[in-house]
Amino acid sequence: MTKLFATTALIAALAMPAYAVQPAEGETLAENQTYTYWLLDAIKSLDPAKNTDVEGSDALRSLFEGLMIEDAQGNMIPGVAESYEVSDDQLTYIFKLRDANWSNGQPVTADDFVFAWQRVVTPATASEYAWYIELMNVQNATAIIAGEMEPDQLGVRAVDEKTLEVTLTKPTPYFISTLSHTTAYPVPRAVVEEHGDAWIQPANLVGNGAYTLASHNLGVEIVFQKNPEYWDADNVVMETVRGVTVNDNNVALTRYQAGELDRVQIPAGQYPRLSEQFPDQAVSVPYGCSYAYVFNLSEKGPEVLKDQRVREAMSLSLNRDVIVDQVLQGGQRPAYSWTHWAINGFAAPEGGMAEMSQEQRTERARELLAEAGYGPDNPVRVQLQYNTDDSHRLLAIAAQQFWRPLGIEIELNNVEWAVHTDRLQNQDFQVARYAWCADYNEASTFLDWFRTDGYNSGKWSNEEYDRLLAEAATAEDTTPLYQRAEEILAEEVPAVFVYHYAKVDMINPAIKGLPRENLRNTWYAKDIYRTAE
Amino acid sequence: MFAFILRRLAVAIPTLLLLIVFSFVLMHLAPGGPFTGERALPPAVLANLERQYGLNDPLWLQIWNYLYNIVVHFDFGPSFVYPDRTVNQLIAAGFPVTLTYGALSFLAAVIFGVSLGVVAAIWHNSWVDYLAVGISIGAQVLPNFVMAPLLVLVFTLWYRLLPGGGWSFNDPSFWIMPVIALATSYMASIARITRSSMLEVLGSNHIRTARAKGMPEHRVIIRHALKPAMLPVISYLGPVFVSMITGSVVIDIYFSTGGIGKAFVDSALNRDYAVMMGVTILIGTLTILFNLLVDVLYAWIDPKIRY
Repeated sequence: MTKLFATTALIAALAMPAYAVQPAEGETLAENQTYTYWLLDAIKSLDPAKNTDVEGSDALRSLFEGLMIEDAQGNMIPGVAESYEVSDDQLTYIFKLRDANWSNGQPVTADDFVFAWQRVVTPATASEYAWYIELMNVQNATAIIAGEMEPDQLGVRAVDEKTLEVTLTKPTPYFISTLSHTTAYPVPRAVVEEHGDAWIQPANLVGNGAYTLASHNLGVEIVFQKNPEYWDADNVVMETVRGVTVNDNNVALTRYQAGELDRVQIPAGQYPRLSEQFPDQAVSVPYGCSYAYVFNLSEKGPEVLKDQRVREAMSLSLNRDVIVDQVLQGGQRPAYSWTHWAINGFAAPEGGMAEMSQEQRTERARELLAEAGYGPDNPVRVQLQYNTDDSHRLLAIAAQQFWRPLGIEIELNNVEWAVHTDRLQNQDFQVARYAWCADYNEASTFLDWFRTDGYNSGKWSNEEYDRLLAEAATAEDTTPLYQRAEEILAEEVPAVFVYHYAKVDMINPAIKGLPRENLRNTWYAKDIYRTAE
Repeated sequence: MFAFILRRLAVAIPTLLLLIVFSFVLMHLAPGGPFTGERALPPAVLANLERQYGLNDPLWLQIWNYLYNIVVHFDFGPSFVYPDRTVNQLIAAGFPVTLTYGALSFLAAVIFGVSLGVVAAIWHNSWVDYLAVGISIGAQVLPNFVMAPLLVLVFTLWYRLLPGGGWSFNDPSFWIMPVIALATSYMASIARITRSSMLEVLGSNHIRTARAKGMPEHRVIIRHALKPAMLPVISYLGPVFVSMITGSVVIDIYFSTGGIGKAFVDSALNRDYAVMMGVTILIGTLTILFNLLVDVLYAWIDPKIRY
């Protein structure tokens, strides 16, 4: 090894060991340690390489454990990794693994991580989340996915049984925070090689998480049992965890009230009533997603939207307070920035429309439209596309009402989900509803979206913006860069930012240990316990 | 009769083939695909997925491979959206559930529907008739998507008698609400068809003759009226039976049974091509089979019908 680790900052072995959350003093544990949570739909896959959704991730967090896990605030704490070192050039990470076992009693080795990550990028695996290894900037990931290199060229190797070395293509400030994601989980090489695709069947499944799979009736119920082989099993209180699928949110709420579920999402619009009736159960916490109306600024987009004044007028005159307080009513917040307000270390730029009153905004919008030559007599006509959903429809109708008096006539265009995303990705829309959720707790997870080579469905492009974000990737202090980026978004209005999400749930007060400050609602069943009444 | 059945079965094969080809083409014409989502996949990732699932082959080759695997291996392919499972596994898990609550609902609908209809016809224009008609109209206007959450509210939340959803083959308490919710509107239709058909038969010549012979009324009804009155009911029951045992998306959603009714609708929305084709073929086959069965039953009931 030629790299100099002598001068390397040893970020290692955090002072606090990563033990499961413990009951507080004065709390009595219930006899029956079972937690039943609600699933809107069937779990699509339990294979870390193939999981793509929130329901699957929640299940996988019980069955597997990555190098890092998250605490109740979403901070990274050691999981399978006991400590790590990073080289001066920030391109090499060396992880020391703890003594941990798979549920079949075999040790978890560095090679299991190497195998798992290689498996994700191998074209034949057909992993939808192969891009995640690219996002982590692991060396050669892109070339392997494209079929130009062999999977064993991936920048990850087992130095010895308990030492893992990862090589990155460029310094990646958020690298450590990507490690709690399910795509970066280890899989047991021996089991996968023995059973092939069938390794994920309940009879064969072997994991290294705090729980094992007891049963899985697709679309009905999934049951996890405490795993005695888990390295921290002594500190795990909850014995059984059940995920119960209820496809209708209102029925799920009824079943929560009948005591069949310990946690359920509150259906849209019911939070005010429920929080009054059950103040100890109705919970609203910030959730790291932002909702927007994206403008199509590509060649296929309508001419009228290329006038920045029109876009700005639409943004100014959308009364977000009414949307948040009267339509959504669940603790969401009006959005004047793309980055969610609760993202770690993010501060929205000062000034701007956030500090104007709605009257001032609407007045300014009128002026801008008049300048651009539009008004009630000569209205702007555009189509707003959204996917089938009651709350999207309500919001679109509200927007229509705010815009109409100023001379912006919106035609609502409701399409099913697959059509909506297809049109977004092919720029076959004028204005479209969109939402983005944080992959990790740092502003670039949002801001990257508007980079010229980002997802950026509306094809807005700004050189300064791209440069700021490139700079931010290695900068010591990212705050001024991100603030400037948000200012550019506010000036050029590639989208109307509508609101920042909140997660609104009913939670059984006997259930403790669920995180309330984790922006992505990453919860671990091992941290949960049930108190006696 | 035997030749008739053979002939019908011979026609069934090209019919199914047409169904498969048409559905396959239509499905691929719909915008989007199984891998379009909130975030556009990088082209290389998408290409790997499409290659793995054979989506980059020309359509005719995809159809050919699909048919080949079905005929030779009875393999309906992997699910695109549930990568841990094959279509065979998904249908094997979901169809028995749907079949159970569907068949029970069918029985309940037929037994109660026919009884209600017969009783109403016999005591035509009496309070019994009005009551029976009232019940069936009530059952008809209460759609199952209203009925289902109402049942959960009453039996799960208020009386705590039944589980609010889910499924178990060992515990009939999971079956009760789905059966009630699915059966009611069918029961209402059966009752109305039975009543009007029964009224017509009761006014016909052979019934008058039977009565003139001095035959007791109950024998007139059971022996001479019921059988011919069942003809229109049976032609209604054939397709109804198929649609009941292949599931109801409403029942599956509200009671989270894991049945294939919801799987079918989801597969269309998710563009899960293989699952969608699998369930289409299942429903198509059952429909053809039960229509044939109805025709055979017809001949048995009505000696005037000859094939």
